[in-house]
Amino acid sequence: MAVAKAESVAVVGLDGYPVEVEVAIAQGLPAFNVVGLPDASIQESRERVRAAVVSSGEEWPLQRITVNLSPAHLRKAGPGFDLAIALGVLAARGRVAQERLRELCLLGELSLDGAVRRVRGALASAIAAAAAGKRAILLPRANATEATLVGGIDVLPVEHLAQAVRFLRGECVLDPPAETGAQDEDVDELDLSDVRGQVIPKRALEVAASGGHNLLLQGPPGGGKTMLARRLPGILPPLTHAEALEVTQIYSVAGLLAEDGGLMLRRPFRAPHQSVSMAGLIGGGSLTPQPGEASLAHRGVLFMDEAAEFRRDAVQALRGPLEEGTVSIVRGRWSVTYPCRFQLVAATNPCPCGYTGDPIRSCKCLPGRLAAYAERLSGPVVDRIDLQVEVERLKKSEIFSQDPGEPSADVRKRVTAARSLQAARLAPFGVGMNAEIPPPALEEACMLATSAKRRIERAVESSGLSARGVHRVMRVGRTLADLRGDERVDLRHVDEALQYRLLDPKR
Amino acid sequence: MRFASRGGGLFAVDLDWRTVSRNDAEHPSLLDHLPDPPERLWVAGRDLAALPPCVAIVGTRTPTHYGQEVARGLAADFARAGLCVVSGLARGIDSWAHAGALENGTTIAVLPGGIDRCYPSSNRELYERIAERGALVAEVEPGTPTHKRRFTHRNRIIAALSLAVVVVQAAERSGALSTAQHGLGVGREIFAVPGDVRVDVSAGVHGLLRDGAGVCCRAGDVIERIRPELERAAAERTLGAAPGDMAPDPRRILEMLGGEVMTLGSIGSATGLGASELAIAVSQLELDGWIARGPGALVRRVR
Repeated sequence: MAVAKAESVAVVGLDGYPVEVEVAIAQGLPAFNVVGLPDASIQESRERVRAAVVSSGEEWPLQRITVNLSPAHLRKAGPGFDLAIALGVLAARGRVAQERLRELCLLGELSLDGAVRRVRGALASAIAAAAAGKRAILLPRANATEATLVGGIDVLPVEHLAQAVRFLRGECVLDPPAETGAQDEDVDELDLSDVRGQVIPKRALEVAASGGHNLLLQGPPGGGKTMLARRLPGILPPLTHAEALEVTQIYSVAGLLAEDGGLMLRRPFRAPHQSVSMAGLIGGGSLTPQPGEASLAHRGVLFMDEAAEFRRDAVQALRGPLEEGTVSIVRGRWSVTYPCRFQLVAATNPCPCGYTGDPIRSCKCLPGRLAAYAERLSGPVVDRIDLQVEVERLKKSEIFSQDPGEPSADVRKRVTAARSLQAARLAPFGVGMNAEIPPPALEEACMLATSAKRRIERAVESSGLSARGVHRVMRVGRTLADLRGDERVDLRHVDEALQYRLLDPKR
Repeated sequence: MRFASRGGGLFAVDLDWRTVSRNDAEHPSLLDHLPDPPERLWVAGRDLAALPPCVAIVGTRTPTHYGQEVARGLAADFARAGLCVVSGLARGIDSWAHAGALENGTTIAVLPGGIDRCYPSSNRELYERIAERGALVAEVEPGTPTHKRRFTHRNRIIAALSLAVVVVQAAERSGALSTAQHGLGVGREIFAVPGDVRVDVSAGVHGLLRDGAGVCCRAGDVIERIRPELERAAAERTLGAAPGDMAPDPRRILEMLGGEVMTLGSIGSATGLGASELAIAVSQLELDGWIARGPGALVRRVR
């Protein structure tokens, strides 16, 4: 009996775990079995591996072949083990040197003609391989760029199984991966100066960016809610290297990374459709767990247009992620955790038809539907939206009479400055942004002047500001003070913050 | 305020009252709906013409805890919505309604005796606060003592002054029901707050509900129904001048608004104020009750 071992990586959630692929070829009736908690997709890899080996000009042994993936407790899924299994079989047959194989981590899906195809999660795999002390990782050329983001491990890109065999025999060298083509930082063509008028919503956008606050934009259809929301990533400070790596890793696992993309430097903007399922929004899936829109928006913006039309269960499921910044998907035998520290921008019409309060068009909604619509908006998610403003639909004449606004780059400078002030002040509270200040720490962290406190008390008395509303005003007031570089939250900041709460009761 | 006891009753000695006759500007035109409108009213406190539209809250003098809470809560909500609460300064529901209204706004007490007669004398503090922040109204000469007969007669004024009458708790035979009756006579909306079926003071309101009164569970139930009248009243009201000590930004906005309804954005572009200044000025005006916000970023001057 001949035995060979190869190393690969299983990706669970965002993390890679080393997996040993053992191949034994024994006498007996021809058979090919895979054991060690493989899922259905790995069972299918038997057919691909056999065809690919034959296509590469190698002989397929008509013997009893057993493949064991260990550790057995780890759930393994996907076609990424194809390359390791094929090379394991060839090593067991003595076609490639066993010692050479053990130095490498192998990753790749095989096509029937032996081509090595792109896999998901190559970045996470390369990180795990490097951590496990592997010298190099052999993977599909299409995944090479993302793998080079990991230091301390050589990346060996291959295009065909036969090429991998020749390389392992020392018969050829592999071309190094192309230079990392990191995204250009300033190519965001959506600039805030495109938005005319809308002074209050634009201000709210800046405040949201500065304090990490979630934002609700309410206004008639065609009023520019989407236009505004799309410009939020452009005024956020650029991703740090660590953040960019996190984001890239998520996209790598989701299989959404551009082939030559490399590190994702731009903040993601995700705008799922209202029909998105709970699994689609927060992640999941019954066979292979996938990060949802919430995780794909990690360190960026999740935009929910027509927020009231989203499926109720999906919206409810966002509540935990909004608070924790992570989402855990638990199934019977496994659980995965994805990060999802996104900024939520929700947009809604003021009523189902969209025209209540419109100066020109009349609203056709029945009173009962109006109430039901308002009901859909309230609740756990809106509770976590600090800033709520109305977007007005401009008349045509107004659109052209208004001056273009400030360019995004100028706003971003103020945002970045406000954020660094926050980071310094909030470090003792274990958070980085005003939006994250936990309610018990608000009093201490916000530093309200006495006049500001009195103003809030008065608002509670006269306009029935709720306890949650008070917290919102404090957090937003703090951000307003940070934007001006003021140490304390004073009267003016509170007055301004009071304007940014639309859905509070008893307006 | 100084008070003196006379003839078993408590009288305010230095109350600053005035008379309002039918052709005075201050005379509430709603009273003309009565078959026997008073020729003359004695008034103390704020100018009746400057007070917002009214809603009456009346009920038993012996409410349960539930009734007290509801009366106070409803009155506070009406006041917050910019309405004036009218009642009769009696013990029980009336007093709770006045107190609730004063939490967020203003109130009118229609007195059964002379304007200077504080009845019941236990309501002395409330009487003073209403004289200061709301208005006292009487239809008999100062110095007149209260007499039982006057109670129901006075009720017709409470009903006529208001756009709607809300009965919170009332026994089967209760003065509050006469207010509802008068209200019906002058075409006012009548509402009753459902009560506990086991207590006596629910019998009257349930009777009203049976006869077709509107169900009032919250202030919105009433406001929704009288909205057309409210809008008409708002259109007719004359707007006062901004006080001299108002800051420049809010003053500009207020003067520009006039009787018009404008969106926040159009105020911004008309005044040239930046987002921050605009938000601050609007907040101040809103907190001080000068303007109200509507859906669609609409801003309306209310005072």
